[in-house]
Amino acid sequence: MMDTKILKPGTIATLVLAIVMLVLAATVGTAQETAIPDTADPGARGLAIAVEADRRDTGFGNFTAEMVMVLRNRHGQESRRDIRLRTLEVDGDGDKSLSIFDRPRDVEGTAFLSFSHVTGNDDQWLYLPALSRVKRISTSNKSGPFMGSEFSYEDISSQEVEEYTYTWLRDEQLDGQDIYVVERVPVDKNSGYTKLVTWIDKEHFRTMKVEFYDRKGAHMKTLIPQGFHQYLEQYWRPDIMNMVNHQTGKSTVLEWTNYEFRTGLTDRDFDRNALKRAR
Amino acid sequence: MTRRLIVGIVGILLLAPASTATAQDWSARIEAEGSLFPASPADPGQIHNSASIAIAPEWEFEFDDRRQLITFEGFLRLDASDPDRTHADIRVLSWEYVANRWEARVGLRRVFWGVTESQHLVDIINQTDLIESPDGEDKLGQPMVNFAWITDFGTVDAFVMPLFRERTFPGSRGRLRFQPRVETDETVFDEGADSGRLDLALRWAHSVGAWDLGLSHFYGTSRDPRFTLGGVTSSVLVPVYEVIHQTGIDAQMTTAAWLLKLETILRSGQGDAFGALTGGFEYTFGGVFGGVADLGVLLEYSWDSRGEAVFGTDLTDPLGFSVFQNDLFVGSRLALNDTGSTSLLGGGAVDLDTGSLLLILETSRRIADDWTMEIEARAFVGAEPGEPLYSLRQDDYLRVAVSRYF
Repeated sequence: MMDTKILKPGTIATLVLAIVMLVLAATVGTAQETAIPDTADPGARGLAIAVEADRRDTGFGNFTAEMVMVLRNRHGQESRRDIRLRTLEVDGDGDKSLSIFDRPRDVEGTAFLSFSHVTGNDDQWLYLPALSRVKRISTSNKSGPFMGSEFSYEDISSQEVEEYTYTWLRDEQLDGQDIYVVERVPVDKNSGYTKLVTWIDKEHFRTMKVEFYDRKGAHMKTLIPQGFHQYLEQYWRPDIMNMVNHQTGKSTVLEWTNYEFRTGLTDRDFDRNALKRAR
Repeated sequence: MTRRLIVGIVGILLLAPASTATAQDWSARIEAEGSLFPASPADPGQIHNSASIAIAPEWEFEFDDRRQLITFEGFLRLDASDPDRTHADIRVLSWEYVANRWEARVGLRRVFWGVTESQHLVDIINQTDLIESPDGEDKLGQPMVNFAWITDFGTVDAFVMPLFRERTFPGSRGRLRFQPRVETDETVFDEGADSGRLDLALRWAHSVGAWDLGLSHFYGTSRDPRFTLGGVTSSVLVPVYEVIHQTGIDAQMTTAAWLLKLETILRSGQGDAFGALTGGFEYTFGGVFGGVADLGVLLEYSWDSRGEAVFGTDLTDPLGFSVFQNDLFVGSRLALNDTGSTSLLGGGAVDLDTGSLLLILETSRRIADDWTMEIEARAFVGAEPGEPLYSLRQDDYLRVAVSRYF
C-alpha cells in the first residue's frame, strides 16, 4: 500500500555541494580578494574568512563525481554505499544537484533531486524506481543521518554564508600549515549542532578539519578531509573525508573519484524528467 | 506486439548515431515469499498458506551522450500453492530519446501520477497486477507512445496507448479475493472498449515553489472494471470494461515538515458520472526518541460519490465501487535511519459509514549487504455482509519476504 522504504527524506544530497562548503577552496588571488580584518574584531574576521572561502569556490559551473561511502560501527563492521552526483551552480541561489544510488543494491536506481536555496527551505524530490514514482519530500529533518552514515543531511547539503554566524577564535598551525580557527553557529534552530569549529588554511581557504558540537554543547564528531586536488586551476576538492563520531564510536569515510568539471550540464539535467530517467 | 516492439527498438538502436558515451547495466532481484493465513478460508476451495518465489531482472543501456536510453524490467512469479498466481510480465521494455525541449518514449512502460498514499485515484495509465499483491501497487507494463514537451510552464505529456490489458485477479484457490470469485474468462467488453482501440491521455505537470501540480485527462478503456454476475449459474463475478473519460487533478504543497496532498477525479462512462477525492497530510518529526529516527504521521480522507457498494446481492446493472468511499486512513511511518534502513509503517483505514476496519503493518530492513527482509500484516475487521471487505473477512495474513539483489 505504501512504500515504506524511505531513503531518509531530506538526507541524501549534493555531497558535491558539501565539499563546496566543507572544503572551501581556491587559489587564484584576484583584486576582489576579501581583506581579512585584524584580530581586534573576531566577528568581522570570522565572517571575512567565510566570505573569502565562499568567493574562491564560486564559478565552477557544474561538475560530476562518484562517491563511495564506507560506514564502520564500533566493532569494525563495514557497509558500503556507492553514489554518483551531478551538480549545477545556480547564479544568485543555492545549487541544483542530482544523486543516483548504485549501492546498496536494494536502492539501486533510486535518485534524489535537490534545489538548495539561500533563504527558505530547499526543494527535494525522490525517485522510487519500483513504482516509477517521483515524490516531493519533507526537508525539515536536516540533522538526521544520511544513508545511516555519520554525515547528517546538513553536513552534506549546500551551505550558504548566511546560514551561520562566525567568530574567529585564533590562528594556529595544523600539520605545518597556517590556519584560521573559526567558530560557526547555525542560524537555523533545526540544526543538530550548537556550533562547529573549523580549521581553514590561510593559503587556499580550504577546510582542513571540523569539530561538531551537539545540541547539548558536547563534542560529537570530527571531520578530517585529506588528499586535496585542485581542479580548473582553482577549485580544491579532497579525495577522502573521514568523519568520526566520538559518542558512538562509529565512523564514515567518503572516497571521491572521477571529478569532472564543466561537463555541459544544464537545467534540463536537473528537472523531474531527468530524475525519472537518472541511471 | 512485444516482438514488434523489440524489432522496432533494435532498428532504432542500429540507426543510432555513433555514441560517445555508453553505459549498460544488468541487475536482478530474487525474492522468496511466504504468507500465513491463520483463519480457515471463506471458500473451502481456497488455499491455507502460500509459498512462492519471484525473479525480476533489469537491464539498462544508455548511449548517445545520455540522449538515448533503453530499459527492460521483467517479472516472473512462481507460486507453489496457487497455480493461478504463477505469472510473468514485461513491466518495462522501452526506448527513450531526450532532446532539449522534448522527450519521446516508446514501448512497454510504467507511469505513475499522483501524490497520496492510501490510494491512487489519478494514476490511470497502467493496469493493476492484483494477483501479485492486494495493495494495488504492482502494475502491468503498458504499451505506449509518449511524447513530452518541456516548457517553462511545466511538462505536457501526450500518450497514445494500444493494447488494453485486463486486470489480473486471484483465481478460485487464491486468498484475498472477492466472494464469489472473479472469472476473467467471461470478461465483458462494452461497445468500443475492446483491445483494438487506442486509448489517449494528456497530462500537464508543474512545480512552482512549494506546489507540485498535475492536471490530466484520460479517454479510453477503464483500467478499473465494473462487475456483474455471470457464468452458467450466475455464480461468479465478471469484469465489465467500458470506455471512460476521466479528468484528474493532483496537488501537493510541501512546507518543511508538512506535506499537504489532494487528488480528485471526475469519471464518466460507467453508468452515472461520479467524482472521488483523497486528501490529507503527512507530518514528519525528525530525531524522535532522543535519537536519529524520523516519525511521520499520515492522515488521509477518501470519498466517492457512488457511496457504499452493496455487494453480491442484485447485480442486474454492473457494479462499480471504491473500497474507500467515505473512509479515513490514519498511519504512522517510522524510519530508524540506521545502517539497515529499518522502516516501519502502521495504520488503519476506517469506513465511516459502516465502522469496518482495514489494519496494516509493514516493515522492511536490509539484513545484510544485498539482502532485505519485509514483513507485512493485514487484518480485516468488522465488515458486514454486502461490504466489499466482507469477502476478505477470513483473510487476515502475515507475509514475510526475503530478497537477494544481484
